[in-house]
Parts: sequence; structure tokens; C-alpha cells
Amino acid sequence: MSATATVISPSNDIWNGGVEPLNASYGKLMMWFFLVSDAFTFSALLITYGLIRYSFPAYNGEVEAFAFSGSYWPIPEKVFTHFPFLHGIDLPLAFVGLMTFILIMSSVTMVLAVEAGHRNDKFAVQKWMLWTIFGGICFLSSQAWEWSIFIEGIDGWHANLKDNPYGPPAFADLFFFVTGFHGTHVLSGVVLNILIYYNTVMGVYERRGHYEMVEKVGLYWHFVDLVWVFVFTFFYLV
Amino acid sequence: MSSSHSAIIESVVISDQTPESIAQRKTIWVTFYILLAITAFEFVIAFLKGPMGMPKLLVITIFVTLTLVKAFYIVAEFMHLKHEAKGLIMSIVVPITFIVWLLVALLTEGGAMITRWFH
Repeated sequence: MSATATVISPSNDIWNGGVEPLNASYGKLMMWFFLVSDAFTFSALLITYGLIRYSFPAYNGEVEAFAFSGSYWPIPEKVFTHFPFLHGIDLPLAFVGLMTFILIMSSVTMVLAVEAGHRNDKFAVQKWMLWTIFGGICFLSSQAWEWSIFIEGIDGWHANLKDNPYGPPAFADLFFFVTGFHGTHVLSGVVLNILIYYNTVMGVYERRGHYEMVEKVGLYWHFVDLVWVFVFTFFYLV
Repeated sequence: MSSSHSAIIESVVISDQTPESIAQRKTIWVTFYILLAITAFEFVIAFLKGPMGMPKLLVITIFVTLTLVKAFYIVAEFMHLKHEAKGLIMSIVVPITFIVWLLVALLTEGGAMITRWFH
């Protein structure tokens, strides 16, 4: 695709002091520092998971013989076995695998939107932002489904913060806190993505002459994907 | 322009066929396939670890290593950190290493708790 556009060459990178520290604009650098602090928050949650998990006995028997009990930590492939529309079929970790794929895919569409922004290609930015928003909504819907199955529990024994049919109460507490905190981040990301999409359609960035906002929100969106990579490993795989 | 900064108004051609643009998109897709392949491999390990009788420490080491590899690709390529100024890379990566400290401290603590409660 080829077209012409009037562009104000970006002088936005220069800070008010007249220089550009670390070759990054103020907004981009601050987004990075915010993400470092957010990384600390998520690490604290995940390391707490490690602390509490290792303060409980592990299940050491055969995987086939595993039975839920409050006296040891459950093994994830026995807890997360459901898949939508395939009721009664045992598909361990398949759904969470799909969720991982959705999030990585939406990271790809986001970085494609950023790339389109570098070329001032408004139409392509709109297209990729829409796909990214779609991916985010798919992920949130999947998580809602995952939570409802988890809370539903086994044979009328529901999971809540005090009690759950899978293992020690702390197992469900950590599941709700860690995936919930991550899900809240995804929700914020989708809202930010919608705002960016709206501004793109309204020509805000076209008039501004650059699409750096897409890049900054993109950093946040990739961070959310990054956190999920860790949640996926420590919650579902290990 | 109400901005105090100097601005040069110019006309540019929008094209997704410049060598730079093509190379960037190629990097994006290569990164995607690497992430996809690693995740698929993690699944294979998750299902083979039981039947193959892999030691727990080995499984955890594989998963943690692969997760760090994935994290590297997301941060370096998708978040573009690899191509930023060295000072920026350092101000992000150096503070993150403190997390390792917290990890070691709290896992040791978790091990101490199990000894007190269950033995």
C-alpha cells in the first residue's frame, strides 16, 4: 500500500531541558520505570506463591493415583482439565494453553500496530489495534470461564477464599489473587487500547505527526503478556 | 503549532514495502514462532515428565530456563529494549536482579516453614 501524508517530523523526543536523556522521550522512559515497579509487584505475588507452596507438603505419588486433599498442594494438571464445549473430556492444561496462545498472538498484533505507526500508516494502525483489542477481549472471556469452572468446584463443593475442593485454602487464594491481579491488568490494557484506537480513528496522532502513544501503550500490553508467561509457568506447569 | 519546539512539516510516502519495514515485520514473526515453539515444547515436557520419570529438579530447571528465554524475546524484540540506549537497558535490567534475591530468600523461608509445621 502506498499513499502520501503530511507529517510534522518528530521533535517530541526533546525534553524541556533541551536534551533527550537515554535517547528516549519522557513518556516512554516513565512507562519503562512504571513497568519496573509493576514487575516488582508481580514478582512479590509469584514469589509469595512459591513461599506458601513450599511450606506445604508436595504430592509425591503417581500422577494417575492423585486424589484432591487438603493436606498437600494439588498438581495443576489435575485441577485445570476443562475445555469449553467439551464437557466430561479430560484435557489437562489445554485451555490455559489456548489462553497463552491468544495473549502471545495479541502481542504480535500490537507490535505490528507499533510498526505501522512508525510508517504513519493510519489504516494499518487501526487494523492491528482492532485485532489487539479483540485478542484482549478473548483472553478476558477465557479467564472469566476459567474462574467460573474453578469456583464451580467438584460435586457441589465450591471454591472460595476460605475453602476449596482442590487443596489447602491458600491454593485457591493465590489462584484468585495472582490470576485476578493479572486479569485486572489485561482489562486496563484493553481500555487503554480502545482509547488509542479511538484517538487513531479521530486523527489525533496524524495531526500530532507521530504515533508514539501506540508504542507506549504497546509497552504496557507486552508487559502484561510477559507476566502471563511467568504465571503460566509457575501456576500451571511447575 | 502551539508547541515551543521547532517542527518541520514535510511530505512523506507511506509504504509498507520499504526494506526497513519488511525487515521489522520479519523479526516480529520470527519472534512469534520462537515463542510458539518454546510454549509447545513446554507442553510436551509437562505431559512427558510423569511417564518418563523425570526428576523434579530437572523439570523445574527446564521450565524456568525456557520461561526466561521467552521473557528475553518479549522484552528484547516486542518491547524493543535490545535496540534502546545502553543506559536505558541497564536502568531496567539491574533493578530486576533484586527479584532473584527476594526469590532465594522467600523460598528458603518456605523450606524452613515446612520443617517447623510438618516434622
